[in-house]
Amino acid sequence: MEVAQETLTVPAKTETKEVSGSVALLDALIAEGTDTIFGYPGGAIMPIYDALYDYNDKLNHVLVRHEQGGIHAGQGYARTSGKVGVVFATSGPGATNLVTGLADAQIDSTPLVCITGQVFAHLLGTDAFQETDVINITTPVTKWNYQVTDANEIPEVIAKAFYIARSGRPGPVLIDITKNAQIQKFDCPAYTPCNHIRSYRPKPIVRKQYIEQAAELINQAKRPFVLWGQGVILGSAEQEFKAFIEKSGIPAAWTILGAGAIPTNHPLNVGMLGMHGNYGPNVLTNECDVLIAIGMRFDDRVTGRLDKYAKQAKVIHLDIDPAEIDKNVKTTVPVWGDCKETLPMLTALINEAKHTDWVSRFNDYTKQEVDAVIHNELNPTTPEMTMGEVIKLLNELTNGDAVIVSDVGQHQMVACRYANLNKTRSNVTSGGLGTMGFALPAAIGAKFGAQEREVVAIIGDGGFQMTLQELGTIMQTGVNVKIIILNNRFLGMVRQWQELFNERRYSFVDIQSPDFVKLADSYGIAGQSVDNRSNLQGALQEMLAHNGSYLLEVIVTKENNVFPMVPQGCSVAEIRLK
Amino acid sequence: MSTETIEKPEFNITVYTENQIGLLSRIAIIFTRRKINIDSLNVSPSEIDSIHRFNILINETEDTVRKLCRQIEKQVEVLKVYYHTNADIIWQEMALYKVSTDVIAEQVSVERLLRENGARAVVIRKDYTVFETTGHREETDALIKILQPYGLIEFVRSARVAIIKNSEGFNSKLREFERLEPGEDVIENEYLNKGQKVFTM
Repeated sequence: MEVAQETLTVPAKTETKEVSGSVALLDALIAEGTDTIFGYPGGAIMPIYDALYDYNDKLNHVLVRHEQGGIHAGQGYARTSGKVGVVFATSGPGATNLVTGLADAQIDSTPLVCITGQVFAHLLGTDAFQETDVINITTPVTKWNYQVTDANEIPEVIAKAFYIARSGRPGPVLIDITKNAQIQKFDCPAYTPCNHIRSYRPKPIVRKQYIEQAAELINQAKRPFVLWGQGVILGSAEQEFKAFIEKSGIPAAWTILGAGAIPTNHPLNVGMLGMHGNYGPNVLTNECDVLIAIGMRFDDRVTGRLDKYAKQAKVIHLDIDPAEIDKNVKTTVPVWGDCKETLPMLTALINEAKHTDWVSRFNDYTKQEVDAVIHNELNPTTPEMTMGEVIKLLNELTNGDAVIVSDVGQHQMVACRYANLNKTRSNVTSGGLGTMGFALPAAIGAKFGAQEREVVAIIGDGGFQMTLQELGTIMQTGVNVKIIILNNRFLGMVRQWQELFNERRYSFVDIQSPDFVKLADSYGIAGQSVDNRSNLQGALQEMLAHNGSYLLEVIVTKENNVFPMVPQGCSVAEIRLK
Repeated sequence: MSTETIEKPEFNITVYTENQIGLLSRIAIIFTRRKINIDSLNVSPSEIDSIHRFNILINETEDTVRKLCRQIEKQVEVLKVYYHTNADIIWQEMALYKVSTDVIAEQVSVERLLRENGARAVVIRKDYTVFETTGHREETDALIKILQPYGLIEFVRSARVAIIKNSEGFNSKLREFERLEPGEDVIENEYLNKGQKVFTM
């Protein structure tokens, strides 16, 4: 960075005003369109919080109860709003508490700008109070990070941070600002957003010949199959994607982060991919002749065993990140670029088609799956309730219009499998990292990112206990979040694996819980617990009708398993229905 | 563990970067995350002021090297990454050897040593002498073997520095990068058609 020298030697073109680094930071955030900050103060970030005191009318600061909660809230905000989530934390433990959220945002491509306070520059490396090497700790889990030690750097660094976080394949950026730079007064130039960094090219150039080759493959295909991921949503290419599959008539299946890009009930939406995905999409991956992957990264939970994955198919991969091409699955035609641009180019070149017989094969598999799994999960005859029937009732009561935020584990797979999603940006979950404790804070952020929408968090009894302190954030902000705890008194997914693969040796999965309703009550949050089917619908209705946050605990059957399942190390074609 | 041995030849990775604190670590962890050892690493200025050049040497399969290069090129401050086999580059390493002057004077003909190994004496003091050689690994290794019987006090070898045989340098590329809309020259997926000789994204 040579900002400091430039501002000293080159006469400024625009007017400058003398402000502190902290004020320059807040002005930069406002210039970037930030309205909400999730954060927690501490010694090394105090000058920024002091400046924030005068920005109450411009910036809504949400005081969380733990920095991990702050960053997950930032993620939830980014996922529903499509904007960059902004998070504040202090140095040392404040910053290290962000690491899980950074890793989560990095693997799930969530745009974040995290600001951490740091000790005075002259104390760096002295093991000062609350000093940690935040830059090196966060390097593997950030798209970019930078330490500011001079206030003159702040406007340009913040501009870069937002540009990098939101452009190309989005990701988390961390800016560490030493306390002296926060305090330092300098002549701050008018804010200039960043739109070019010479060493960074967020979008690969689209090459027409690859579009043409891809169109040719698609036009010749007899059994083409589309896999889509979050790239469609991140690129705001939902309409372009819909136009593409509707013209080509190609059945399409989603990764859990791609869920909702087109509505659940779209006739060409054939369901969920992966380990607990739908039967047809998994089996028929190994029967299609052309596989078209759009904005997805062939995660191992999607592909199962790679050397038996879609070996018969020609693969077309549309992705904005060149490093994803050929990373896991060898590509026949790479279509590098933003799918917002590439999809319409492709749609223009493909023939209108209807693959009626091929689509009906997916429907045949759906029937088998309904008979073997889905019917019993959604309409159980056992006295105990299933997770699936809760989701089914929720679908009916919300008409599929709610934002569903799920945690990690069995309930997550059930929520992703069965939730109806009518709108895009409706499924907020921790996909790549699988972070238990994600949902409660993410739901808070999701609501701030989409105030007009109903936000329902679906959480297991284990995951809820990892970040339940964020009930305090709900209490203090009055944010309206509906919380459903699907309580099976087990760490269910690990128990399922222990049952299936470890001869039912239930090693430390038997987890006890507090009285969740009393707990909510102590935070002034209404709630009830239901253990009887006859009360379920009424309880869900009460929850949705309640003016404000609500916690509903549903006691579900203890030892239910999520099926279908592709066991680890197996091919997608070896998916088990029981 | 598979008993099959996969051939992992030497690959030379050349990285053009901005001069940024922390970038070395950002690049190094791309290797360490995959438990790949870096055999040699050199960071130096390049032909262009302000642009730095990394020379990284690893033993890996070409498939892995290509993926590593893409991950490196993805870093914000990295401009360009190339990988080459040893045949595609001109390379040198430098080594220094410290031996006792007494031993050398008494037991070995210094002149013969220098002549036969292309070495030169950098320092000759009463107590020790420092020799230097420059060349390929075999050449710098050869002198170790010769000096070992006479009590090699200290030895150090530098990282490999390499020049790419068919490179025209980075000046024209950089001009493309500085434009908002880079031309076809820096096109990403050309490699797919080109038999993968030179990696260029």
